[in-house]
Amino acid sequence: MTWGRVSVGEMPYLGSEETVKELKRALSNPNVQSDRLRYRNVILRVIRFMTQGLDMSPLFMEMVKAGASVDIVQKKLVYLYMCTYAKLKPDLTLLAINTLRKDCADPNPMVRGLALRNMCNLRMPGITEYIQQPVLTGLRDKASYVRRVAVLGCAKMRNLQPDAEIDGTVVNELYGLLRDPDPVVMVNCLRALEEILKAEGGVVINKPIAHHLLNRLKDLDAWGQSETLGFLLRYRPRDDTELFDILNLLDGHLQGGDSAVTAATLRLFLQLASGHPTVQADALVRARGPLLATCTASSRELRFTGLCHVQRVLRSLPAQFSPDYKKFFCSYSEPGYIKFRKMEILVELVNDDNVVLVLEELQAYCTDVSPELAQAAIFAVGRIGRTYSERGLAILTGLLGLRQEHITSAVVQTFRDLVWLCPQSTACVCQAIAGCEEIIQDSDGKQALIWLLGMHGDQISGAPYILEDYIDSLKTELSTLVKLELLTAMTRLFLSRPAETQDMLGRLLHFCIEEETDMCVRDRALFYHRLLRCGVEETRQVLGGPKSDPSLGLIAGRPEEPINNWAAHFNTLEPVSSSGSVVAGIGCDGAALPTLGGSDGTTHSAANCTLAVQEASEDLCSGLPEEATSFSLTLGPALTPEAFEKLWLELETFQTVSLPCSEPSSQPETLQAALQLVQIQALAFSRPGSVPWKAYLYAHGSETIILAELLCGPGSDEDRLLVTVKQEPRDEKVQRGFLSVLETVLQTLVSDAT
Amino acid sequence: MISQVFILSSKGDHLIYKDFRGEATTDAINVFYQMVTALPGDQPPVVMTREGLHFIHIRQGGLYCVATTTTNASPFTIIEFLNRLAALIKDYCGSLSEKSVRMNFALIYEMLDEMLDYGYIQTTSTDILKNFIQTEAVSSKPFSLFDLSNVGLFGAETQQSRVTPSASASRPIMSSRGDQVRKNEIFVDVVERLTVVIGANGVLMKVDIQGEIKVKCYLPTCSEMRIGLNEEFSVGKSQQRGYGAAVRVDECNFHQAVRLDEFDSYRILKICPSQGEQTVMQYQLCDDLPSAPPFQLFPTVERDKSDRLLIYLKLRCDLPPKSMSQELSSPDQRAELQPSSKAVHWEISRFPGGAQLSALFKLEVPGLSAASLLEVGPVSMSFELPKHTCTGLQIRFLRLTPVQPNPSPRWVRYVTHSDSYTIRI
Repeated sequence: MTWGRVSVGEMPYLGSEETVKELKRALSNPNVQSDRLRYRNVILRVIRFMTQGLDMSPLFMEMVKAGASVDIVQKKLVYLYMCTYAKLKPDLTLLAINTLRKDCADPNPMVRGLALRNMCNLRMPGITEYIQQPVLTGLRDKASYVRRVAVLGCAKMRNLQPDAEIDGTVVNELYGLLRDPDPVVMVNCLRALEEILKAEGGVVINKPIAHHLLNRLKDLDAWGQSETLGFLLRYRPRDDTELFDILNLLDGHLQGGDSAVTAATLRLFLQLASGHPTVQADALVRARGPLLATCTASSRELRFTGLCHVQRVLRSLPAQFSPDYKKFFCSYSEPGYIKFRKMEILVELVNDDNVVLVLEELQAYCTDVSPELAQAAIFAVGRIGRTYSERGLAILTGLLGLRQEHITSAVVQTFRDLVWLCPQSTACVCQAIAGCEEIIQDSDGKQALIWLLGMHGDQISGAPYILEDYIDSLKTELSTLVKLELLTAMTRLFLSRPAETQDMLGRLLHFCIEEETDMCVRDRALFYHRLLRCGVEETRQVLGGPKSDPSLGLIAGRPEEPINNWAAHFNTLEPVSSSGSVVAGIGCDGAALPTLGGSDGTTHSAANCTLAVQEASEDLCSGLPEEATSFSLTLGPALTPEAFEKLWLELETFQTVSLPCSEPSSQPETLQAALQLVQIQALAFSRPGSVPWKAYLYAHGSETIILAELLCGPGSDEDRLLVTVKQEPRDEKVQRGFLSVLETVLQTLVSDAT
Repeated sequence: MISQVFILSSKGDHLIYKDFRGEATTDAINVFYQMVTALPGDQPPVVMTREGLHFIHIRQGGLYCVATTTTNASPFTIIEFLNRLAALIKDYCGSLSEKSVRMNFALIYEMLDEMLDYGYIQTTSTDILKNFIQTEAVSSKPFSLFDLSNVGLFGAETQQSRVTPSASASRPIMSSRGDQVRKNEIFVDVVERLTVVIGANGVLMKVDIQGEIKVKCYLPTCSEMRIGLNEEFSVGKSQQRGYGAAVRVDECNFHQAVRLDEFDSYRILKICPSQGEQTVMQYQLCDDLPSAPPFQLFPTVERDKSDRLLIYLKLRCDLPPKSMSQELSSPDQRAELQPSSKAVHWEISRFPGGAQLSALFKLEVPGLSAASLLEVGPVSMSFELPKHTCTGLQIRFLRLTPVQPNPSPRWVRYVTHSDSYTIRI
């Protein structure tokens, strides 16, 4: 790589002065000039050096002369040269203008077009006064080739003097040329008008123009079609009849052979039908075939683009591609970036029918030679395991048998997330992680293992001794995060198994307070130290917290997003841009999961959260009315979503009330945490801001169970929340208490947000 | 709209650079090269952004073809355009490689000048472009009649470089204007890319065939060509016609220019091909393969007493013997351990239909444990099957109307490539 760059950047540069001199001699040699082939060859050499980045501008004079040739190939080469260096040699360029203007009147339309195009490409100040006349003449040329060039020439002229006033006659003429028989002239007019009228919002697409464009679509080639469809995005049909007429016209393009046209049509469909979700969904269903075809295209770049767009579609229609899951299996020859995308998609489209085969496929990737790919596959298995925990766990525990460093690390990280989201997997995980400590070397894996040992140490017999090994090797540990995690885990474990851990916790705190140089670690150690001095119960209150949060899985799962959320970015660079890292995407679900595999200090947020939650709880409790505190609600026993649904359907509505508060604008996690503080379990939420907004909650209290649905949306008032309560067995008092607690929490959240 | 187009060699040499809008500097090339070479493997390199300038590139023939843009353009359009540019270079220069681009840079500049104006795509049709392009292509390999002898080995584009293309169809469409006789050829290629996953128990887990019919036309003018497919050809799952011989695909789509008025009743495609290569029809078939997959592998993985890993592979080709015309002599094979990719590479240059080959690999693996055996695999095969289509699609006839005065050579070639042929162990 460096070799190539040096050879381009520097080596020829040293000799370039000699080269320029030699070329200059050759170009002005009458013998060369008289021999057409030799002359052209010298010019070719100039262009070659120019491409390589050498400065060939000293030859400008000689090249201008060479441009006066009858040889069209030579002319083209010279024009290319002139356009590159015109900026540097404005005075000499003017010498060439005469030749160019003469060529603009040549009987051969090809020569006319060529000259006009290149004259407009000379990007130098003051050129406009020379090109204006030829451009205007070109607009009325009888050859479409010249008209195409002239139309774009108007745009070039405009951009050469952006401060000048817009020439109304040119604009009108361009609008007129939209009716030109040549389709490329028409598309060029749209492009030119768009640039000229940029300040005013671009070309105006009114009803006659829109329908004219729609009718001309079939004459255009694929490039023209996709571009015109792009311009039509700004047209708003007056009523539904017109809308459906347009959609009918476009229908054929949705399933054409060209991916660019399909994508542009689909985007237009989604935009036009933004008020008709069923029409949008229908369009997506019909574009399924062509979209899938791009995902299996032979060009990998196209394949990648297709995959990125399929991901967008899946956000709204998760079932759309489920039958085609095999198309998203990775081929071994594919580059990593395609494989990563495919795995993300496989996780999204898994369902009861295909889960066995998808997991089997992903399992095969888990032993890939590329560690990144293997880890991504393991994380993907973990994500599927949140829904199909038994199958997922079987694969993951099997992988531990390989005793490979990167595999074990990824599996343990996945375990941590699984345990948090699916408490039923805890026992299995606790059994499986024995012995992993010898294999895991990276800090992400260590953090996950230590977290598991601290959180579920009561179920892992060897937990204290594994942690002790980490304490003993603390001096050589480099990662701050691992140390922080170790402190939290050790303190937690002390609460459940004090006899075994007292001594080692003492050693750990001592080391971290006395010898540790990292302030973060030291502060944390001091914090725990003081906390423990306050008393074991206080420590338990701070560090206890729930051991899992199954409802988070549902929230972090995939609520179907409205199509309009992403439709505006369909067929733009946004879905394919590398800004959203692929690995991050597969490793964690973003902010929803505080403990998920990120390396950005997420691990200690558990403690921070607990703290914050504790404080918040005090605030809330003090604000609760007497009545509410006189009864008690409890979270357990947990209710599965299925059981909830069954119960909800069985029970009669007990009461429907309308609470005077709006939809909480806070994130689901906050709402979730706040409700848990008052012992109400949230099962599922709509996305913030969606309409209608819904949430399902339940709580146990005085031997009854209360189910509730919150609804805020169309039909109900903006700032009122409709609460439907069902209870079994009915108990008026508990129900009232529940409602009052709920109201307080919601109001607190709303007032916090504002 | 496109701001600049450039082509770089894999070493980063500037082969072609054209600035259409003057929005970005020449420096963009170096910025791009630094970005693309510094990317970690898992980052998608297709679209990269630096300071408001988006770089979109494709990699073909070891070259980077890059377009830059400042607008939020359609990625499909730009990638399709770059692919088209690559295809046109292939058509005009015979092949797409660093050498051919270096030798024909003037022609490519000429082409770009006509294809894009001010960054807007004007035309990419060979028929229109050929009127404007004056430079003659310099072909690196002079075309010789000898190449026609192995016309069966069609060099379709594959992701694997080891499948060597033959030179027969890799010459410029408009080579030197003297020899008219040779020029009037038409190649119709049926190319299928085969993706197969066979489970450890020998069960076929996934089959996917991506097929296309390509026409490469050297005729300067051609009014109409009729391509007849198998009469039993059917599309979609429901349309099973008769028993046995039916050739079925799940889905197929056609080039815009194909007229299908005789397709429904006679399975005839009508097209007026323009010079150069175009894909006339694409089709897919999933899961439901009419015949057994071409290769079966019977692997055994063991650990021997001295803790060596033994991999015993028995490979059988299930194609009927006649489908290979090659001699039946023992094929020369090579095997090599590639530590960088942790793979054993077994190369078999010819593999006759119905034949069977076995190999035993003994590997010294430090710290081999029973669990390590689980890590072995999968086996991936890459191959090219000439004169064979897995769907059974055939071209019945190829007729040109009106009948040309001096009949032009017409070639129909079939080839199946392994896109990904994976056998789990």
